[in-house]
Amino acid sequence: MSDTPRTTESATDAPVVEKPSTETGGAMDSNERLQKHDIWVAGTEEPDWIADATDEGAQEMLPRDIEPGLQLQRGVVVDDDYLEEETIISDERQILNMGPQHPATHGVLRLQIELEGETIRRVKPIIGYLHTGMEKTAETLPYISGATNVTRMDYLSPLNNELCYSLAVEQLLGVEIPPRAQAIRVLMTELNRISSHLIWVATFGMDIGALSMMIYGFRERESVLDFFEKVTGLRMNHNYIRPGGVAADLPEGWEDDVEGIMDIVGSGLDDYHDLLNGNPIFLDRTQGVGVITPAEAHQYGVTGPIARAAGINFDLRKAFPYSGIEQYEFDVPLGKHGDVFDRYLVRMEEIRQSFRIVEQVMETMPAGDYRTDDRKVTPPPRKRIDESMEALIHHFKLFTEGFKAPVGEAYQAVESPRGELGMYLVSKGGAKPWRLHVRTPSFATVQSLPVMMTDLIVADVIATLASLDPVLGDVDR
Amino acid sequence: MADETTPRAASDDAAADETVEENTARDLPDDPILAGLAEAFAMVEFTSFQPIVGPRQDTAIVPSEDLVAFVQAVKDAGFETFIDLCAVDHLNREPRYDVVINLLSMEHAQRLIIKVGIPGNEPSVDSITPVYTGANFYEREAWDLFGIVFEGHTDLTRILLPDEWEGHPLRKNYSVGAVPVQFKGSHKSS
Amino acid sequence: MAGETSNPNFLLTTMEKGVNWTRTRSMWPATFGLACCAIEMMATGAAHNDLARFGMEVFRASPRQADLMIVAGRVSQKMAPVLRQVYDQMAEPKWVISMGACASTGGMFNNYALVQGVDQIVPVDVYAPGCPPGPQSLIHGILTLQDKIMSGEIRRSTGIV
Repeated sequence: MSDTPRTTESATDAPVVEKPSTETGGAMDSNERLQKHDIWVAGTEEPDWIADATDEGAQEMLPRDIEPGLQLQRGVVVDDDYLEEETIISDERQILNMGPQHPATHGVLRLQIELEGETIRRVKPIIGYLHTGMEKTAETLPYISGATNVTRMDYLSPLNNELCYSLAVEQLLGVEIPPRAQAIRVLMTELNRISSHLIWVATFGMDIGALSMMIYGFRERESVLDFFEKVTGLRMNHNYIRPGGVAADLPEGWEDDVEGIMDIVGSGLDDYHDLLNGNPIFLDRTQGVGVITPAEAHQYGVTGPIARAAGINFDLRKAFPYSGIEQYEFDVPLGKHGDVFDRYLVRMEEIRQSFRIVEQVMETMPAGDYRTDDRKVTPPPRKRIDESMEALIHHFKLFTEGFKAPVGEAYQAVESPRGELGMYLVSKGGAKPWRLHVRTPSFATVQSLPVMMTDLIVADVIATLASLDPVLGDVDR
Repeated sequence: MADETTPRAASDDAAADETVEENTARDLPDDPILAGLAEAFAMVEFTSFQPIVGPRQDTAIVPSEDLVAFVQAVKDAGFETFIDLCAVDHLNREPRYDVVINLLSMEHAQRLIIKVGIPGNEPSVDSITPVYTGANFYEREAWDLFGIVFEGHTDLTRILLPDEWEGHPLRKNYSVGAVPVQFKGSHKSS
Repeated sequence: MAGETSNPNFLLTTMEKGVNWTRTRSMWPATFGLACCAIEMMATGAAHNDLARFGMEVFRASPRQADLMIVAGRVSQKMAPVLRQVYDQMAEPKWVISMGACASTGGMFNNYALVQGVDQIVPVDVYAPGCPPGPQSLIHGILTLQDKIMSGEIRRSTGIV
């Protein structure tokens, strides 16, 4: 799937690091000492002993498994260059506390890491620092306001939260959504996927060390946010996708804006490819790091780009299509190794696939209503309110009391940029949900951190955590 | 003796006929995997609903003593992915709590919702972490927010709320905790 | 400026202005991004709305090196002691901007889990409303803080709260 070569050289080809010969058992005789401390005059031929004394061996980056410096860091016994005795491993473990306030934990996540030297033996993620009681608040809000609450959960892809909530409510109500509303929903959520992956690559690059990625990612994302502001009124937390359809129709000239977005983000993607894909430091920090196997992913419920990077071919948009997304053609990128680099490639490719979907939506956008006709759910058009008393009362009742959903339970899931985002909604016939439980993807990925991080070194913690794309609003709700 | 056995035999036959009728009267789900599970676990009720959008929503209501065995059988039947575990507080219903487990089979593209009723007095149920390790955090969350004890869980401590919090907020008899909002000119309007 | 204060010490007043000017023009924020507002704060620091032109491009992770804490996001009950500890670790003079509705008053989440306004924990100098406040609103809040410092209204934080 990816066209960049993965490993640089195999273990058998790599040159062995040779120790410089130091046969100074006893005292040096004066001739030797003179030789070793002789000064080499530039311009003359370089004497042999200079190369011997200063040669430390090949100065290239070796593959991870035979890199001697890495072995030293891990606490594995390595013959020291200067002493002939073995280095002693300390068997004391220390606990390192990362967070909750930390620049690289992507929010208020606290990690307690038990270290042996630089090798991680155990990791305990401690969450709850952003617990907002959203599930309790959802029981106090009528269905039409529920999207405002839920949208602040995963604040990097708010439209996905709203879509999931709206699908769950619509399942309870049993209403069908008109095709234009569905197409608008697909357009907005795919654009949201693009903006979420852009933020991810920005923070991920910054954490790995490519500090300018932060600026590039946010710069490209601004074009998407401008479009969101034009359509929904807000840059973030839009409350646009509501049960029954969407809040307002797309403005005039939206196709030009979307084409502009695709041009800007497309050229940005080419820049990121040049910056990162061949960079040896990036490759060394990300290949083989933070691996999760498909069996572990199934056990922990890890879905989305992380599972696909491990080779699991499952995307909710293909398996259980929603909102009319089955009419659009797109591919699902898969990785092979399940490490950080594959997650990066999978997400970059997902942006390109989202471009395909957005293009198709642009070409085939149906005309029609942007929300369902069902008068139990949708308020009457604003014009009618001036003309008719019934319309006014209807509008009033809908917005003060809210519509009542029939008794039942619903579980609907969407493919958010982080994985499977699902909402389990229980209704007892009232205007407010009886119970709303949100199954968030980041909760499962944070739980699987110990599996990915054990036996890595501390530097890999940042890379692994960044590659998971956890959003703490998702984790803690 | 023969006179006694014949009526008994007849009544036995009648009883056997009744049990056979009960078995066929209980609707086995159409889906082959669920039908196999229904045959293996007689006490589990299956319901099914096809929404307009999304996959068929299958629900299995399981008595709490059979939970771990049923979940293991479901996992062996092909539901390899653990999706969700949550709790619901039906206040005026006996049993009061429901623990809802959501599983996904990527292989067969199917979902299954398992519900267990738990009484309100000292709610507790067996932990399914031996079957799915991913249930660990979810059970801690259910303990934290509802107070349901999961027997056999290795670390049942609070996860979302501070450790010294008292009470279980998502229970229906726990208030939202809303603070009355003071507006600047409020004393003027009254 | 000489005759404005009752204190006839002309030189002290000018020093104050100078010191205030240096303080406002190189305030270093501490990263205290919690939730959605943190994303808008990062966007404010990014290319389109550049915080570096106000001298604030360096977001110091360590509170010992920062003098402005922008509380960006909702503060839960579990996070409140952490917030206070980070605030205490900052050296004087320090200021706090409460960014967003959740930090200022608890926002739309009037429930058990959130501290209803971060001013219950730390003294706040400027409140920036919005959910989330766009970069323009945050910059307006920062400029307001700079005006307040320049005018001498705040010379040191309000002390024990």
